[in-house]
Amino acid sequence: MVKSFGQFLLFMQSMLVRKERFAVLWKRTIDECVTIGVNSIFIVAIVSAFIGAVTCVQIAYNLTNPLIPKSTIGYMVREMTILELAPTITSIVLAGKVGSSIAGGLGTMRITEQVSALEVMGINSASYLVLPRILAAILMFPLLVVLAMALSIIGGYLAGSLTGSISAQEYIEGIRSDFIPYNIVFALIKSVVFAFLVSAISAFKGYYTEGGALEVGTASTTAVNNSIIAILIADFVLAAILL
Amino acid sequence: MIEIHNIEKSFDGNPVLKGISCTFETGKCNLLLGGSGTGKSVLLQCVVGLMQPDLGSITFDGTVFTNNKVQIRQEIRRKIGMLFQGSALFDSMTVAKNVEFPLQMLTPEMSAAERRDRVEFCLKRVGLENAGDKMPSEISGGMKKRVGIARAIAPNCTYLFCDEPNSGLDPLTSLKIDELIQEITYEYNITTVIITHDMNSVVEIGDHIIFLYKGLKLWDGTKDEILNAQVPELKEFIFSSSLVRAAKRIDDETHSGVENL
Repeated sequence: MVKSFGQFLLFMQSMLVRKERFAVLWKRTIDECVTIGVNSIFIVAIVSAFIGAVTCVQIAYNLTNPLIPKSTIGYMVREMTILELAPTITSIVLAGKVGSSIAGGLGTMRITEQVSALEVMGINSASYLVLPRILAAILMFPLLVVLAMALSIIGGYLAGSLTGSISAQEYIEGIRSDFIPYNIVFALIKSVVFAFLVSAISAFKGYYTEGGALEVGTASTTAVNNSIIAILIADFVLAAILL
Repeated sequence: MIEIHNIEKSFDGNPVLKGISCTFETGKCNLLLGGSGTGKSVLLQCVVGLMQPDLGSITFDGTVFTNNKVQIRQEIRRKIGMLFQGSALFDSMTVAKNVEFPLQMLTPEMSAAERRDRVEFCLKRVGLENAGDKMPSEISGGMKKRVGIARAIAPNCTYLFCDEPNSGLDPLTSLKIDELIQEITYEYNITTVIITHDMNSVVEIGDHIIFLYKGLKLWDGTKDEILNAQVPELKEFIFSSSLVRAAKRIDDETHSGVENL
């Protein structure tokens, strides 16, 4: 464990020495933004909209006390979405999609000697292959989390209205009550930390793959597992520190 | 010229290279010959800098490569072109982009038009002028090797390393790849090092052959000398080839020189 962490730190350091030219880094980062961000919009939209919908319906189901106003459902959907569901669930979904893609892609490049080809050309493969992925994840995760927040709240609105659990007016009233802007900042900080963890852990696992196709699959699975565990630990630590 | 002096390399206490010293000469096809597991690939990886030897030194045209400053190692690496066993083409790029890649990365001063001309020239040189828009997954193994060669020579490499360029190819395609490597070596007067265990390559392009056995250099010489070498391990290796055995049998029967093959 300690040895792996040491290797991880050395990996991070190797990425930052002998960096490629800014133009190359920029182009690579934009390409990765498309892969990591744009290509993940659909899955993030589906997951967040349904989570918002289910959250709304389930809170309405549990809220039987007539003394509690129905607008509380909207309030709770908003709080749960912004504080936890949007950043954490989105990041866990992205750990599965993006993390496995990063680990699988780098692992395949490693076993087919594409990484060696870069090294022989005198190119710092860690800097060329990994740094743009991490930067792209740090740029795109917060945007996807903001999208997830919006769609989750809209999902709750539609579910509440369509099932008759809550009227549109009550839902909007709940959404607007006692809003704390800092919660958005907190969620964005979380998304940046999760982005780094998912991309860096997945890249580390993929970059050091040895063997063949079987090991690439193992690296992808390990990358997703480790990323999710790291997200959950970081989630707790950040909540304890920042809230 | 590449000079290798007393290179040693072990893995988990198991020695793979045991004090190998040899010279790869400029303008010649230098063949590293030997069976599987004799240390050929490890030696090549040490020479190109993908692996650090435990002991010994490697010198490229008088400049020490091993344990030298990063900048100097980078300078040398930028003169190296390498054809990998599996070609190692970048899957996400077209053939033309693969060839252009080292130019983009290593020669930023080149304009896009100059790069395009160079790519066209290199692809034409390896006979693939019409394959530029294809993806690596759409071309055959032999074509991949050609693209690998084009990518290696694109930045005007001084040293060309080929790791089993014939593996997985039919005899005719192998011959064409061998001839292409030889032509390029002579045309640009570069130092070419080829890992092989293919006797056809030895008799075809072996200007200078180094035979490795269990991490030791047992013999070096030319293709004209190899059939008369008096090293038992080398003789066993050479005559394990049915083709060479048949040639030897015919030679014995007709008393004509096998070296005239």
